[in-house]
Amino acid sequence: MTTDNQTMPLLRMSGISKSFPGVRALECVNFEVGEAEIHAFLGENGAGKSTLLKILSGAQSQDSGRIFFDGSDTNFASPRAAQMAGIVTIYQEFTLAPDMTIAENVFIGREPGSRLFVSRRALEQQTQALMERIGLDRSPNALVRDLSVAEQQMVEIARAISMKSRLIVMDEPTSALSRTEVQKLFAIIRALKRDGISTIFVTHRLEEVFEICDRYTVLRDGRHVGAGSVSETSIDGIIRMMVGRELGLLVKRQSTYATPDIALAVEELSRRRKNTDASAIELHGVWFNVKKGEILGIAGLVGAGRTETARAIFGADKIDSGRIIVDGTEVQITSPRDAIDYGIGLVPEDRKQQALFLSLAIRTNLSIASHDLISSLGVFINADKEDQLVDEYKSLLNIRMSSPDQIIGNLSGGNQQKVVLARWLALRPKVLIVDEPTRGIDVGAKVEVHNLLFEMAASGIAIIVISSELPEILALSDRIVTMREGRITGEIAGADADQEKLMTLMTLTKDRAA
Amino acid sequence: MIKSPDKETDQGIDAFSFLARFAPLIFLLLLMAVFAILEPRFLSSVNLFNVMRQVSITGLLAIGMTFVILTAGIDLSVGSLLAFAGLVAAAVAKGGMQDRFTVGDGAIGYGWPLAALAAIAVGLLGGALQGIAITKLKVPAFVVTLGGMSVFRGAALLFAAGGPISGFQPSFAWWGQGRIGPVPVPVIIFLFAALIAHIVLRYTRYGRRVYAVGGNPEAARLAGVNVTAVIWSVYIIMGFFAGLGAFVLAARLNSAEAVAGTGYELTVIASVVIGGTSLFGGSGSIFGTVIGAVLIGVLLNGLVLMNVSSYVQQIIIGVIIVLAVAFDTFAKSRRRKA
Ligand SMILES: Nc1ncnc2c1ncn2[C@@H]1O[C@H](COP(=O)(O)OP(=O)(O)OP(=O)(O)O)[C@@H](O)[C@H]1O
Ligand SMILES: [Mg+2]
Repeated sequence: MTTDNQTMPLLRMSGISKSFPGVRALECVNFEVGEAEIHAFLGENGAGKSTLLKILSGAQSQDSGRIFFDGSDTNFASPRAAQMAGIVTIYQEFTLAPDMTIAENVFIGREPGSRLFVSRRALEQQTQALMERIGLDRSPNALVRDLSVAEQQMVEIARAISMKSRLIVMDEPTSALSRTEVQKLFAIIRALKRDGISTIFVTHRLEEVFEICDRYTVLRDGRHVGAGSVSETSIDGIIRMMVGRELGLLVKRQSTYATPDIALAVEELSRRRKNTDASAIELHGVWFNVKKGEILGIAGLVGAGRTETARAIFGADKIDSGRIIVDGTEVQITSPRDAIDYGIGLVPEDRKQQALFLSLAIRTNLSIASHDLISSLGVFINADKEDQLVDEYKSLLNIRMSSPDQIIGNLSGGNQQKVVLARWLALRPKVLIVDEPTRGIDVGAKVEVHNLLFEMAASGIAIIVISSELPEILALSDRIVTMREGRITGEIAGADADQEKLMTLMTLTKDRAA
Repeated sequence: MIKSPDKETDQGIDAFSFLARFAPLIFLLLLMAVFAILEPRFLSSVNLFNVMRQVSITGLLAIGMTFVILTAGIDLSVGSLLAFAGLVAAAVAKGGMQDRFTVGDGAIGYGWPLAALAAIAVGLLGGALQGIAITKLKVPAFVVTLGGMSVFRGAALLFAAGGPISGFQPSFAWWGQGRIGPVPVPVIIFLFAALIAHIVLRYTRYGRRVYAVGGNPEAARLAGVNVTAVIWSVYIIMGFFAGLGAFVLAARLNSAEAVAGTGYELTVIASVVIGGTSLFGGSGSIFGTVIGAVLIGVLLNGLVLMNVSSYVQQIIIGVIIVLAVAFDTFAKSRRRKA
């Protein structure tokens, strides 16, 4: 190994190995990032990406291997030490304090002001400037708790770019963002590059790699399987490296399972903001329906009210007015329990806050909503039936886990998402609402998830898909409604839709003509 | 999907997490060994059953407290509620307050079943009221039960009007003093209750919901769990055990008094926490709690046998609680980082 500065890239990790109890997460992995380089770091769910990046940023320690940063042999004892050296990390799972404001979170530990007192005005102004740069349209004083996942992601990005750095590590920064926000992020990353700052970029949306990245590295099963210049490869080539075989890409669906029977209709759904959060999203007379066997896509930018609509239908948030009609009868839904009893399921957008029991076993997480299916005498959990359930979805979704009793917090992000999805698929509801169903899920598994949704539609389940990824909406939906600022702005048949048409509808300011 | 060699295996427990999981048990055995060497009387079966009998009251409360702490709650009122419930049971057993000191045949009470029911009813009611305050008025459990601690103690003092109620029929006292074979009755009650609680938490739908609510209440709500009902229920369960404990304690002492159970909250919470249940909710077990309760009992007994003053005992218990939580936090952070 040479330490000659001439040949030394900005970052070189060599021979990194790391094991967890029962899992070899990384085996002798080499990883290099050059100066002013945007580097795509790719691999399937559970390949070991996040683990390597946590080692780089000092959040975890490797079993063996060395790290050279900026020409010197380093080993960061803590994230703080890595930050001091110029490595700033956006982790896959958010690290924001939910009960503090956006501004406080962005400058946590580095508040502007005198030694003793924080200058609130400077804090707000600086945060405001950052937020404008990344396109986050909120008050700097809004609580992080009230933000959507996409908005939280943007706060993480704002925090990262506000720090002095030489290398920014972004673990799936775009998984919750829609096209417009992704564009803004890319503009920032390019600007950083012009200033000589490198970025490590993890994503499962492979088109993004070709849009912005210079070089790539691919991991498979904890091993380095390839690296090179992005211009010398193709999406297919990368997928082959990631999964070890050819794979169909998302294609527009051919058949439809929609029936004429309306499974769910919402009429004049409205929700006004609470005075505690002046920038929260309102709903204004949202109306649409979805038929049995139909897949309805809801498209919109961040803040359009898609998630709020889903939560309102599911009884997670109170609505001010509006009617919800299931199978032709109007129903009163005041809690998620009610919604589930009427046969409505919701896969929420934020798995960590809204779906996962991080300290509990996979089995508990997977079966919590479907105890009816696996109980004996109505009281006891039947462990055999539960094992079967877990096994079924483990193979169906290719969940990488060692046993049903494994703590879910130890799974990789994508595998956690699969368990959450399985929770609701297992319930076989009449209406299933999926909010960012494939957030953080790798290309292979995404196809599986889509096939599973088709299969559910074929069995007569009405499905509502919310996704910030337009290709996903286009690939899945029979029909698409678009939203903006809490209003439905348009509706289009899936067969007639393309990205441009959707973008036009998504940015309309008027309600759709009735 | 792709077939890759499955490198994730089932033997996923390393030495450290094994140690962390069984730490309370290992510590208990070590402690017993030390006492056995220092004080031969410790290992006599008379003494051991004695320890177990002492443990059984706080142990019963600790079972209830495990449910509460699993939901990230706390109940500081257990000692006071126990005193109040015990007095009510005693009054029922004596058929009123006028005969409070008459012993044996003079007592014209209602018999133990009604007395036991009365104690448990008071406990259930106390727990239910506090549960309502916590779930409906949204007052933090710490505050509600701190208030409850004072309210129930006051009620007990008022009810007893300053004096104890003692001398019950033998059939009543049997529940605290009797034996089945060599085993004291309270020990049997305690272990039986622990077994039931274990089954409920490990193998029932309700048990799953308790863990879920403690692990992430918002996620539980969105998965259709009635979070309010679950939280309410754990305080009712706690109340049940306070009532049951009150009955057994009154039977054992053949007396009930208003200052009974003073300071129990510390011992009870300590038992649960030392047994490995997280104060943040969502993880822990009845098995751990039983070990924790016995551990504290053994510790106190050993210290008594070695003539350590009760003041020093209090200091030791306090230090051990802090150490147990520190160890737990350390083990968790290590598991996360490992
Ligand atoms: N703390 C932990 N304890 C045990 N196993 C872990 C822990 N953290 C990660 N693992 C395991 O290590 C492997 C790699 O996980 P990692 O999070 O690095 O994957 P990833 O490539 O980031 O996947 P994703 O795309 O889903 O985010 C997985 O099998 C995961 O279950
Ligand atoms: Mg990851």
